[in-house]
Amino acid sequence: MSNSTLEKRRPDQGPDQQPDQEPKTSPSQQPEPNAPDNWRRFFSFSTDHKVIGIQYIVTGFAFFLFGGLLAMVMRGELITPEADLVDRTVYNGLFTMHGTIMLFMWTFPMLNGLANYLVPLMIGARDMAFPKLNAIAFWMVPVFGVILVASFFVPGGPSQSGWWAYPPVSLQNPTGNLINGQSLWLVAIALSGVSSIMGAVNIVTTIFRMRAPGMGWFKMPAFVWTVLSAQLIQLIGLPALTAGAVMLLFDLTVGTSFFDPTKGGDPVLYQHFFWFYSHPAVYVIVLPIFGIFSEIFPVYARKPLFGYRVVAISSLLITGLSGVVWVHHMFASGTPSWMRMAFMFSTMAISIPTGIKVFAWVATVWGGKLRLTTGMLFALGGLFMFLFSGITGIMLSSVPFDIHVNNTYFVVGHFHYVINGAVVMGFYAAIYHWFPKMTGRMYYEGLGKLHFALTFIGVNLIFLPMHPLGLMGMPRRVASYDPEFAFWNVIASLGGFLLGVSTLPFLLNMLSSWTRGEEAGDNPWRAIGLEWLVSSPPPHENFEEIPIVISPPYGYGSDEPLVSNHPGGTFAEPSKSTPVANLSGESNPS
Amino acid sequence: MSSANLEATLDPTPDPALNSTGAHAAEHEEEDHRMFGFIVFLLSESVIFFSFFVGYIVYKTSATDWLPAGFEGLEIKEPLINTVVLVSSSFVIYFAERFLRKENLWGFRLFWLLTMAMGSFFLYGQAVEWMALPFSFKDGVFGGTFYLLTGFHGLHVLTGVLLQGLMLGRSFIPNNYEEGEFGVEATSLFWHFVDVIWIVLFLLIYVWR
Repeated sequence: MSNSTLEKRRPDQGPDQQPDQEPKTSPSQQPEPNAPDNWRRFFSFSTDHKVIGIQYIVTGFAFFLFGGLLAMVMRGELITPEADLVDRTVYNGLFTMHGTIMLFMWTFPMLNGLANYLVPLMIGARDMAFPKLNAIAFWMVPVFGVILVASFFVPGGPSQSGWWAYPPVSLQNPTGNLINGQSLWLVAIALSGVSSIMGAVNIVTTIFRMRAPGMGWFKMPAFVWTVLSAQLIQLIGLPALTAGAVMLLFDLTVGTSFFDPTKGGDPVLYQHFFWFYSHPAVYVIVLPIFGIFSEIFPVYARKPLFGYRVVAISSLLITGLSGVVWVHHMFASGTPSWMRMAFMFSTMAISIPTGIKVFAWVATVWGGKLRLTTGMLFALGGLFMFLFSGITGIMLSSVPFDIHVNNTYFVVGHFHYVINGAVVMGFYAAIYHWFPKMTGRMYYEGLGKLHFALTFIGVNLIFLPMHPLGLMGMPRRVASYDPEFAFWNVIASLGGFLLGVSTLPFLLNMLSSWTRGEEAGDNPWRAIGLEWLVSSPPPHENFEEIPIVISPPYGYGSDEPLVSNHPGGTFAEPSKSTPVANLSGESNPS
Repeated sequence: MSSANLEATLDPTPDPALNSTGAHAAEHEEEDHRMFGFIVFLLSESVIFFSFFVGYIVYKTSATDWLPAGFEGLEIKEPLINTVVLVSSSFVIYFAERFLRKENLWGFRLFWLLTMAMGSFFLYGQAVEWMALPFSFKDGVFGGTFYLLTGFHGLHVLTGVLLQGLMLGRSFIPNNYEEGEFGVEATSLFWHFVDVIWIVLFLLIYVWR
């Protein structure tokens, strides 16, 4: 770190540079990525947005593995109809913690990490608007993670009320202790909310105030648009969940009667608070994934993003609509029928902006000269999964059908196609795409493609059977089931174990590539974007000279440069005659 | 941003340490965004109050036994005095800020201290009211929402008064407030925010019968 600050040129010296000289090309000038002090900064209170980004991603992934392990125990339990592997209370704790960890400890940190790493680079800023706040927000993640995991070790075990924590189930406190699984859960969720709000304030301020000169709203990359849309949801929706969690915590610990029906409270009000945030939370998670798709397809299809402006606006439309659909989670909660109708239509309306996006991606890929790198494969796979989940989503938005499959595995299958299909695969796509930028090294394509194959097969094998199971009427969140459901459950369990195994080639690939992969160079994918103009990994404070943006993004096939004060970043000719090294996927891993 | 850097480096201040590291420029950059970030935060914070208000309205319109047994309704006289004091303190803090802008430091301190006194009076009045009430936090949804809303708002008033104390102390650091001060502006904005929330709260809890 001290090296890089010494080397950092003062901004006023920028214009002295030779215009034809690449500002930073030689990797030797950068701090050696594997210098002994280099790994230590990932364990320090660093305020560098790139360090924080990687801290978020790695922490999130660790929790992903833990949450996945819990899911595999559940699948092990469900491989036989009887509750034999774990007993029922343990099973309740497992699905509660699995859902909570996957949403609050994995997807949010992971996407905050990607946003942290990429947004300042993509908009031409040196760091986030509030670097210290950024670091504090990150370091809260391990704190509430530990609080959440600690609930495994308190008397009575972890919360058993599912990740919704609906009262009156969540108000049960058989041990009578003040510190119990549910109260720890609520404290962790409240802290997670504080951390997410800090992150959202930071990201929104950064995007509004720190874009490089010339980068108007419609010159922003689509990923930045989606991150902005997602973080606006955090700002407006998250406080409602915090309010509900605080009231529930008072009910549980002090003995107030907000949600306790035996004391005149209203448990359905909690459901409104919860879903007012937690439905839009799905869009918080999936919107950046849409952004990742929009970034990746143009690069590997060598074509501009189709309908860029409409894609950008549709993100904001999703943000707007996401605030008026939450009651579709409560069709079976005694909701009045006029409300059901209204929310059925608003839910269906959300398929319009998402449909626009899917259409734009297909049109981007259509007729392009595709390079099927691992990143592209994951993006295409994620798009397929999202399309499938979108179709089941439309089915679920219809009130009669929703009531029919309410609380069955159909719902579980639907949202796992979104979360584990689209989101996790989109995340992998992002990691493979930006791994060379983050580490300066190439990953091994062979291992990457093995990882893709295992993931894609595994994720379909586990979640596709849940749809017929749900239609047959198998209820979710129950440790034992009728033997007639056994066939599909065995297949789903095998898929679950395969999905677990699929993380091994990924981990092997990442760890070995990070330490001894080939040098990647600044722009191995010949991609257009501000982040590809700087060295890999980018230097401290990113840009010696703040770029002046003159073109809209995704100018593939155009000879107009992206920025006026930097020579790189145009690819007038699509890669017909110039095959680029290491892109074909047959590169030698050694 | 780059122009701000350039200005900072062209600035002929005699302090060489600041110019050579560029830390001065970086700090300025951050200050520019702090007010924006703070407003974004307040918008988000207001949603928590909004949620509590919605909860209050739902309970009030739908609860079967709203007021605790043997309780007729809230007294409005003392809270009204409290309201008048808090709302007028918003004007007082505005004048304090104006004095600071005119670089009249003692005028600023006087009016700032007056705001603090009015905020403290409000907190005292709230405490007196709480003490006299015959129901507790645990007494039904009315007791719950009443103490939740007034308590959460009171916590904000307390935070505001503490922030004002901090800013008053910082005004004694020589030359600290010469170019205006983010802390003072933010505290003042926060105070107006707390004030507006109280007006809604007062109308909902005390005026709406």
